[in-house]
Parts: sequence; C-alpha cells; structure tokens
Amino acid sequence: MRIAIDHRTRYRFTEPQARIVQMLRLTPCDTRDQTAVSWMISVDCDARMRDAVDGFGNAVTMLYAEGPIAAIDISVTGEVLTVDSGGVVHGSSEPLPPMLYLRTTPRTTLGDGLPAFAAESIAGARDSLERLHRLNAALHARFPCLPDAPDTGLTAAEAFESGRATSRDAAQMFIAAARGLEMPARYVSGYRIDGGAQSAPHAWAEAYVEGLGWVGFDPVTGLSPDQGYVRVAVGLDAHGAASIAGTRIGAGDEKLDVALRVSEE
Amino acid sequence: MASRGAFDEIWGHGGPGNPRPEFAALSEWVADTPSAELQRRQQSAEAAFRQLGITFAVYGDSEAAERIIPFDIVPRVFLQQEWSRLCEGLVQRTQAINAFLEDIYGERRILKEGLIPPELIYRNDQFRPEVAGIRPPHGVWAHICGIDLVRTGPDQFFVLEDNARTPSGVSYMLENREAMLRLCPELFRDFRVAPVDSYPDMLLETMRSVAPGDNPHPVCVVLTPGHFNSAYYEHSFLADSMGIELVEAADLVVDDDIVWVQTIAGRVKVDVIYRRIDDDFLDPLAFRPESLLGVPGLIAAYRAGNVALINAPGNGIADDKAIYSYMPEIVKFYSGGEAKLPNVETFRCREPQALKYVLDHLDQLVVKLVDGSGGYGMLVGPTATKAQIAEFRAALIAEPHRYIAQPTLALSTVPTMSEAGLAPRHVDFRPFVLTGSDGVRVVPGGLTRVALREGSLVVNSSQGGGTKDSFVLLEDGAGPSQSQRQGS
Amino acid sequence: MLMLSRTAAALYWLGRYVERADFIARLVEATVRLDALSARPAGEAAWQSALAVTYTDEAFAATGQSYTQSHVARFLTLDAGHPGSIIRCLDMARNNARAVRTALTREAWTAINRAWLLFQNRASTGGATATLNLVEQIKGETRGFEGSIHRMMRNEATWLIQLGAAIERADNTARLVDVKYHLLLPEGEAVGGVVDRDQWTTILQTVSAVTAYRWLYSEGLQPANVIDLLISRFELPRSLAACVEETVQLLSHLARRTGLQGEADRMARARMARMQKTRTSEVIVSGLHEYLEAFVRENAMLDAAIARQFRFI
Repeated sequence: MRIAIDHRTRYRFTEPQARIVQMLRLTPCDTRDQTAVSWMISVDCDARMRDAVDGFGNAVTMLYAEGPIAAIDISVTGEVLTVDSGGVVHGSSEPLPPMLYLRTTPRTTLGDGLPAFAAESIAGARDSLERLHRLNAALHARFPCLPDAPDTGLTAAEAFESGRATSRDAAQMFIAAARGLEMPARYVSGYRIDGGAQSAPHAWAEAYVEGLGWVGFDPVTGLSPDQGYVRVAVGLDAHGAASIAGTRIGAGDEKLDVALRVSEE
Repeated sequence: MASRGAFDEIWGHGGPGNPRPEFAALSEWVADTPSAELQRRQQSAEAAFRQLGITFAVYGDSEAAERIIPFDIVPRVFLQQEWSRLCEGLVQRTQAINAFLEDIYGERRILKEGLIPPELIYRNDQFRPEVAGIRPPHGVWAHICGIDLVRTGPDQFFVLEDNARTPSGVSYMLENREAMLRLCPELFRDFRVAPVDSYPDMLLETMRSVAPGDNPHPVCVVLTPGHFNSAYYEHSFLADSMGIELVEAADLVVDDDIVWVQTIAGRVKVDVIYRRIDDDFLDPLAFRPESLLGVPGLIAAYRAGNVALINAPGNGIADDKAIYSYMPEIVKFYSGGEAKLPNVETFRCREPQALKYVLDHLDQLVVKLVDGSGGYGMLVGPTATKAQIAEFRAALIAEPHRYIAQPTLALSTVPTMSEAGLAPRHVDFRPFVLTGSDGVRVVPGGLTRVALREGSLVVNSSQGGGTKDSFVLLEDGAGPSQSQRQGS
Repeated sequence: MLMLSRTAAALYWLGRYVERADFIARLVEATVRLDALSARPAGEAAWQSALAVTYTDEAFAATGQSYTQSHVARFLTLDAGHPGSIIRCLDMARNNARAVRTALTREAWTAINRAWLLFQNRASTGGATATLNLVEQIKGETRGFEGSIHRMMRNEATWLIQLGAAIERADNTARLVDVKYHLLLPEGEAVGGVVDRDQWTTILQTVSAVTAYRWLYSEGLQPANVIDLLISRFELPRSLAACVEETVQLLSHLARRTGLQGEADRMARARMARMQKTRTSEVIVSGLHEYLEAFVRENAMLDAAIARQFRFI
C-alpha cells in the first residue's frame, strides 16, 4: 500500500517566546515492512534542525529556534510504501534487547484494577501469542475508543479507572498489563489510515514473542496492525515515544492545533 | 562492643600505651597535646567551617536544616607503602569501572560472556537507554570516582561502595587540611604529609583533557542546581578554586547541538560541564519532562559529541549495589587480573540460597537496599531492635531482589576526641580518583568519615558521623621528628 | 571568560535596590523634618507627596490608614507587605548579593547584610526621633556599601552595580522634582510666587544638596534655581545631568571590556547630548511636568535596553 501522510502541528503562544527547543520523533525508519519514498519535515520560522538516532533506535530531529516566536508550524509530509506482515515487525533496528521493555515507568504502573483484568482476559490461553491477542481483544471490548488527542499525561492506571481510552491510553494499558505478565512490551507512535481528518498521531503497542520477534497489537481495533499502519517511534511509554517533546522559554500559554491526514494514494 | 578487638590504625591492638611502631611519633603527639588544647582547636575549626558556610542539609530534619559536619582534630594517617598499594587497587578498579561503562553502553561483551545476569542491567533504572550508544568524548565515563573503603587490619582494605555518579565531599578533604595546617602546624613540621591542595588543578586538567575536538582553550564550567542545594558550598568552592564559572541551568542554552553560556558579551561555547545535577534533572527532553533544573537539548549536544559531561550520564549502573557484588568479576574481566582491592563479602538476596542464609542470620548482618544511599534503608543487625529485624525480614521476603546483605565488619578505628577524652572510633575512607584522557590520578588524601558514637559503625553525616583529615606520609615511619631524635 | 548574564543582572539590581532604599530613607527623613520639626507642620500633604514620589500612593490608600507620620513612615520603612518599602528593597538587594556572593568583596556584602539586619524583628519605627535614628543608620550602611564599591576592583562587577544605581537615582530625582513641584506650585501659579522655604529645603535635603545650592547660587532659595540644580547641574551627583553622564561613562567602560556597543550605549549618548543643550528656564516655560514625565519614560526604556544588551535572564 502507498500511504500519504500530511501532518501539521501548530503551536500558538499568547506571548512571544524567546527560544524554543523541541525534539521531534516524526521520521519513520525503514524496515522490511515499510519504506519511506519521500519524507520531509519543514518549519515556518528560522530554525536549526539536527538529525540523530536515539538510544531506542528512533530517528530524532532536534529543532532550535530563536525568538521572538509567536507561533510555530511544523509540517510533515511524505509517502510510505507498506506491506502486510501479519502484525510482525521485520528488520527494524533494535539497539536494545527485548528484556529492557519489561521495565515499568511512571506512566505504565499497573494500579489496582488492571492486573486482575489482564489475568482474567488471558485465562486459558495456550501460549504467549494467544495471551497477547486475548489481552488486546479484551481491552478493545472493554474500552470505548476516544478520538486521539494531545497527551494529557494520563497513566495506564488512571486510564483504566476512567473506563475510556484514546489510542495512547489503550496502548499504555496494554504495555502495563503485558509487562505485569512478564512479557516485554513497548509503545509505538505512528500513523494509521482512518479515512477522515485526525487530531493526533495514532498509538499502539508491540510485544516481544519468542520465535516471532516484535508483534504489533492495536487495542483500538482489537487486531494487529496491517498495511494501513506506519511505525514512527518506539519507547517505554507515551512520553518516551512522543512525536514532539518541547520546551520553550517565555511567558504565557500555548495553544496546540494538529491537522493530520493519512490516506491511501 | 564492636570496637573491642577492632584494629586501631595508630594504637594497633595494643592500646594507647603500645602504638604501632611506625606511629610512635604520632601517638606521642596525641598523648602530649593536652586534651583541652585539642578540644579548643577542634572548636576553632568548627567555628571557621560555620562562618564559611560549609553546611549540609539533613533530609527530613526541618529544625536543623543546615548543620556543619563535626570535625575531629586527630588525623588519620596512611603510610607511604600502604598508600602505594591502595593506589594500585584504586587505579585498577577505576579503570575497570570506565571499561564496564563503555562496554555496557556499547558492545555489552560482558553480558554476552554471561558474567552478569542481563536483567540486573536491563531491568535496572540506573541503566539509561536514553544514552545507550553514546560514547563520551575520549571514552571517559567516570571522571571523578569516590571509592569508599573500609579496613579491618594493617593490610586488609575492602571496597564498601563505588561512587561513579557525582561523588561529593572533596571540599571537606580540602577544608579539613586547611584547618589542620592552621591549627596543628607542628604536625606538618614533624611529618612529611603529601599536600592535597593540588586537587582543583588536577580536576581542571582532567576536565580540559576530555574536551571534545582540539580547542586548546576549552571552556569548562561547574553546573549547580542552585544555592538551595545541600552541597552548594562545595559547588561554589570548586568553581572558585578552579577559577571557572559556576553556572545554573538557566545560564546555558543549547542551539544547533552546541551548548552555550550566556555572558554579557553574548554566547560563549561550552566544552566541558562538571555537572552536580542528577541525570534525571539534566535535560527535560531526554529524562524527566517536568524538570525545571535542566538544560533542554543537553543530551542531544552530548550525543553529537559537542560537549563532555562530567560524570557521564548513565554511570549509576556502575555503582549500583546490585552490580557491586559482581565487581570482582568485572575487574577481572576488564583488567585480566584479580582485583587488588577486594569487595566486602556480599549476599545477593535475589538468589534463593543467599536469601535463606540472610534470613537466618539477620542479627549478624548489615542489610542494604540496592538503591538506597546515605545510610537510609539499612539494617545493622547486631545493633538493631527485634522490631527492626522483623520489619526487614518482612521486606526481604516481599522483595528480595531489592536487598543485599554483608557481614558486620570489625571496622578499623582511629583515636578520636570524645567526651571522655581520646577514644577509638570506627572510620571509613573515601579517596577521590580522577580519570582524564591522559590517565588516572589519585589525590594523596581523601575524606575520612568517623562514627562519633562509641561502637557505632554508621559514619554517614546524616546519622551522627564526623570527618577527619587524612594524611598520606611521603616517607614511611620516620618523619623528621625521629631523625631529629637520632641527631640529638 | 566574560561575566555571566545572570551575574550581571543580579549586580545591576543590587545597585538599584540599595540606591532605592537609600532614597526612601532620605525622603522619610526630609518629610519627618518638614512635618514634625519645622515651624509650620506640613502634615498630610507632605506624607501624601512622599508616597507619590515612591509610587506607593495607591498601595498605601489600600491599607485605609490615615496620612500621619507614624503610619506613612512605618509603611515606607518596615512594611514588608508591598515592594516599595525599605525593608523589601534591602531584602531584594541582599538576595541579589547572595546570588553573586563571590563577585563582591566581604566589605560590600557585610554592609548589605548589616543594613538588612537593622530591620529584622523590628515592628515599629517609634516617634520622630526614633525614625530619624533608623534612617540615619540605613544611610550609614548604604554609604558604607557605596564606599566599599568604590574600593572594589574597577571591573564589570563594580560598573554594573554603579550603573544600576545611576539609573535608579535618575528616576528618583525626576520623580521627586515632579511631585514636589506640582505640590508646591499648583497649576496656574507662576514660578517665583510665594516661596515656602521649608518645602524647598526638604527637596534639597532629600538629594543632599543644601550645601551645593549655597555654593552654586548666591541669591538665596529660589524655586527656579532648585530646579536648575536638580536637573542640569553636572556638579551635583544626584542631578539628572550627573546621572545621565555617569550612565554614559559606565556603559562605555563596559563596552571597552566586552568589545561591544549596543542600543543602550546609543540611547544613553543621545540622552546626554540633549541634556547638555537643556536650559532649565526653557524647560519650566514649556512644561516641567511633561519634561520630567518624558525623562522617566526614557529612563525606563534605557533600563530595558540595558537588560537586552547584557542579556539579563
């Protein structure tokens, strides 16, 4: 499948900012299942951009802009070729071993309700792949999906209590539950063909299955990702894989607008 | 109790009347100087420390939020030959720590060899995936190591703990020496004591040696969290004595993967940062996002090889207590020889057999949290109450992997001023080892911490410990006082 | 390496706050004399004008207190509840000094610390004499601080403290003349009308210019001369002309050290060129109040330009 992505992020500040430093995880890495045909990040003000690869193997762009900045537009456009891999990730760059992804983080602590829910959902499963699929299906069935929205810092435990979930919350719950069952799991941010306009990148989870490798699970669909997905960044949680992490020096508030269109060419 | 039978570094096992032969002259000085005079000098030193503001904050103690660490006037002395042997062990251990960090954040050969259980690394928060794959400028990770040592006999030194993050206390080493030079000048006349005042120069040389690129005049700064930090005195003291700027995070900006410091004439590129801020708070983009102390983009600049951070972020994995028990294997793996400085025997409670032993001998062991520090989260079995032991038993059974245990050692003692005059008190020792691109340097001295309460083995300043000056003699035994006697 | 911007900002503000504390002390002193010690007590009006000079009239009105010596003197000295009191100025001065402790001499730090200590655990100013004693002590400490700055090395640190003091002093003198002149010569009344000796002496006392006046003007106390002295006589250290000149000099010392000149240098020099051509008589004719208002505004713009030029954080 040939997927076109047009992702615009606009920050508007109530007062001009003296400096902005942002870390962008907005560039998909090529694997055997996806290849970027074209990809471009552009910014509407004078800024310096530096590319690097972080400790998790993600392509990272540092963005430095000097003020006064009243607003900044970051736009990402590109085309990616994908193939259906049955949810299994092939040929990704993996600088860290799966075991690292057994760690809990402040965003993925289990809380009270989630462990019992997870244990119940996997009862009777014969192997770890089946357990993961059942966990994914159970999360899908239990949590009506909220539209994707900017990160509010919700933890997996808090999302579980709230009873509803964005794709971000659902992915974090999956990760927390899988790790609680001693299965390495990680957060993935990326894009998914969804028809219409979207208001934030999509998120799902990957878990490591011995003999298969990293396998994707999307609790929003209850299924594994297909060729309609583009993986961009992985991390231990939503914070670690955030598309844009930013700091600014200046007073006032910020307003964030995202316009995202993912479509088949 | 614990002091009975312990080795005294001046009096040996023989008591005040029968010192170790090399320490006869010192023992004489201690005996000949009236107690009241020693008391007076000690008070004068403490008054000076208070005026200088050499204080530390005690956590969880709001009433005495700022205290000075008690100072003891009787020095702790190392003979030249003792010191040379110690140095060999310290250099070997520090080189191994650096090699270990290089390996763990790079190829991870030691894990492939199966010498350390991988989960001790990967599931340990001290292993920082954010900096994995980064090689610091000149391949130096632990530029400043504080290796905590204890002693049980003339030649029996053990490493109690490695400090490869931001070991503190070096200002005490220097200020204690200043005080001793002022208050006990006769000691320096009678003994040839190796000077420690070159430490700031050594540190600056070390910093310069790891500057990225080939700038002959690298800009070096000390980064402090600010004047509310408990170690602020040490930060400003070190910056002043090296003649470099003491900066706060707000003084630094990162642009184009380069770190700059804001001056009145514009930005100046910074090459080397001696940071006294924990990893978590260094860069909100890489570590804790809510940190206000940090410098956004600092890790990107570090990853790009444009700045040296002293010590390197991620070093906590080398001084972690869970890793500590593997240090003999680690030293052997990287140096090819046996560790010259042994570890204290350590039971890893994560191993079922060890746990069983520990639970059976709680009243004889010291139990520590692997991620605790400063004497918190610690059980000293022989002096603990039944309730404390029960509490630790429950904690051990619930989370054994969080604990290690060690036998209670008969720590050496040094004569120390007490209310009842001079008495032996247990001590430990923190020497400071500097590693630059041009090699390893050990400053001839260090920080001796002393447990001021009789029989106590806890030397932490937060729990009633004090400090002493630590002399390294340039030549053994003799000292001019003896040669004077020979001449007369 | 050159001085950190943060250090520079702290030194500049240290200079400003010490100068402000000193000015408020002088103003309180002169007002006590005017109100309590002169043959014809000036009463409420004198205290109201003291508040207006220090931009604290609104804050005081909010307390609902009456305009008596005991209330206003306490408000301007000991009241930590608003930023316009001496105690708050010294608090800010000391905080800034502590942040740059190593850039100061022990003597300079001690002077600040002693002035600050004068106010610790002090609840009231007492009567007129006690108030005069307190302000005398403050003046003593700020004088001591100024002296210690003069004995410091001639470097950026010294210049930045003095720059802050010069900018603050210019603002203070301009406000003082504006408010007092307005009070003494209400609109429509011609300069040279009834001379209230005590009132005009108060102004001179506030800027330590009683003797200078006698030296420079032979014809006795004339409002036009007082205004001339305070605005355009370079000889008087607290005159606008002197502050304007000192600002230019200090900025050029700093420029020589940094190798950079900027917006602040240009503004300060343009201001001095205008000042040299200023004739007091013309200013009075064309509107003193408008002139002073414009001066205060320009001074604030220069302050902002300095902050930009030296990159205060």
